[in-house]
Amino acid sequence: MSRKLLKYIRPEVFPTPFCPGCGHGILLGALLRAIDELELDMDRMVFVSGIGCAAWIISPHFAADTLHTTHGRPIAFATGIKVFNPKLKVVVISGDGDIASIGGNHLIHAARRNIELVVLCANNSIYGMTGGQLASTTPKGARTSTTPDGSPEPPFDLCKLVKGAGASYIARASVFHTRELIKYIKKALTHPGFAFIDVVSPCFTQFGRRNQVKSPAEMIINLKKICSKTKSSEELFTFKEAGKILIGEFSC
Amino acid sequence: MYFLQGNEACVKGAVAAGCRFYAGYPITPSSEIMEKMAVELPRVKGVFVQMEDEIASMGAMIGAVWTGAKAMTATSGPGFSLMMENIGYALMTETPCVIVNIQRAGPATGQATKPASADVMQARWGSHGDYEIIVLSPWSVQEMYDLTIRAFNLAETYRVPVILLSDEAIGHLREKVDLHKDIPITPRSLKSDLPPFGYSPEDSVHKDQPTPMPTFGQGRKLLVTGSTHDEWGYRKTQSPEVQARLTARLCNKIRNNIDKIAETEEYEIAPDTEILIIAYGFTARSALRTVRLAREKGIKAGLVRLKTLWPFPEKLFQTLPRRTSGRIIVPEMNQGQIVREVQRLAPKDIEVVPFNKTDGTVITPQEILKCLENY
Repeated sequence: MSRKLLKYIRPEVFPTPFCPGCGHGILLGALLRAIDELELDMDRMVFVSGIGCAAWIISPHFAADTLHTTHGRPIAFATGIKVFNPKLKVVVISGDGDIASIGGNHLIHAARRNIELVVLCANNSIYGMTGGQLASTTPKGARTSTTPDGSPEPPFDLCKLVKGAGASYIARASVFHTRELIKYIKKALTHPGFAFIDVVSPCFTQFGRRNQVKSPAEMIINLKKICSKTKSSEELFTFKEAGKILIGEFSC
Repeated sequence: MYFLQGNEACVKGAVAAGCRFYAGYPITPSSEIMEKMAVELPRVKGVFVQMEDEIASMGAMIGAVWTGAKAMTATSGPGFSLMMENIGYALMTETPCVIVNIQRAGPATGQATKPASADVMQARWGSHGDYEIIVLSPWSVQEMYDLTIRAFNLAETYRVPVILLSDEAIGHLREKVDLHKDIPITPRSLKSDLPPFGYSPEDSVHKDQPTPMPTFGQGRKLLVTGSTHDEWGYRKTQSPEVQARLTARLCNKIRNNIDKIAETEEYEIAPDTEILIIAYGFTARSALRTVRLAREKGIKAGLVRLKTLWPFPEKLFQTLPRRTSGRIIVPEMNQGQIVREVQRLAPKDIEVVPFNKTDGTVITPQEILKCLENY
């Protein structure tokens, strides 16, 4: 990590708890770079997370006010913070199981209200911390510890979901494409409404090993092959390439 | 003097106590509290938000409290069940807040417009894990005002969620109420360098006392978590010592102060009292009338009214006149909940008799009198 970012971190909590090949450390770094480049005051920010690996990105690493809530509810807690003190910049960062499965109701309602929150969904398409169970974002056919013969269910496209619900800034990025990731986070942090970024962040330990990925590095490099950059925001609803992930901004 | 509904008096009490945030979800028979809050809070520069469910209402309330608000939510049975996980989070993170439960007849959807007192044990034990919580039981519209204020004060003093456990009959009752302004309000002490979650383990003087409630946005870099944590908020999910210390402190900060928290009232309690009624909430109103009717008939009855249900007044029977031949009757709008506490604590040679009614109507003075006369 760049030395200039160390001031945003509690030094005593290293090393991070993330597994080899986990994308969450890259997301941690990208968020801090975005904050640093925007010169935001961390003392005027609150970071809220739920339960799961992604919730540990901010708690306890960030040297700021952090609220590590119950499972699935960080957006509800964040709503209370933001409406009571609108001057605080409130960032929610949690996993796909937390934000989109158990907490899906709060996600769509916060998007509907278009409340000024930044929601970063670290999407590894599986329940990592509890042992690799099926998530609402697991691709159809993928093996998980609760779908040993492959998932029979279609997954959520979270960008489509929040777009339909009324979010006003929507983007998808991968932790391989860090320049875009930082750019999108900066836009989200300065957006005056509900900003949502679906961050594709691989989990080798629970997902890759079950789905014929050979190494943690291969899983990260694979993102380069499977991510397709969008040409227009309309593509969110027309893109149909099997096995590919559309990344880009979808707000307009 | 005002002529108000119980639910309206609760709102007046909350605003007087400094409540400036309300998050809620509509549910009968508590909805008037929410509707009235939506009118009253903007007038005092407070914030009202209607959430998507009761889970989110508790969550938003906890978020607002950590942002500096005194806050409340109100609900009834089904919503109270949904709030339980986040009530546990408020207990674990020592978040002062007030939850009003206008009880209705259950289980499940039950009878939404009918009263009951069947959430007494849920209020005490509904969230998982070891904890102590404070539960108050108003018996009048006046106490919907007074005890709401007390609930906020207790929440601030002990940094604990406090439940105002009322019921449909009191919530929708209309009677005279004095909205007196002379009740002391416990302020939130905002500035403190003490650790956010209790004194250090080396500090034996302040052992088990809560530290002042801190606030986001002051540069304190607070670590708030529902996981087991040390006094600075660092997660300690593998340490037996920290887990033991934390659960003991969460319980002891209440247990060590039962005498200050638990309030009772006595009516017609004298050395000659042969039959003692122990009651709370709406049932205590009927029981007081029963005592008067019984005394007219020469039955030496007396009433102890529980204003606080939890922590239970453990020393109750140490202060009451001792009679070996007496009986205790515990009338409740449930199948028998507080009676178990009375049985646990009453002198062993005194017979404790439950009187239960769960048909969605209140217990009348005549019904309790009949029970008395049968003995």
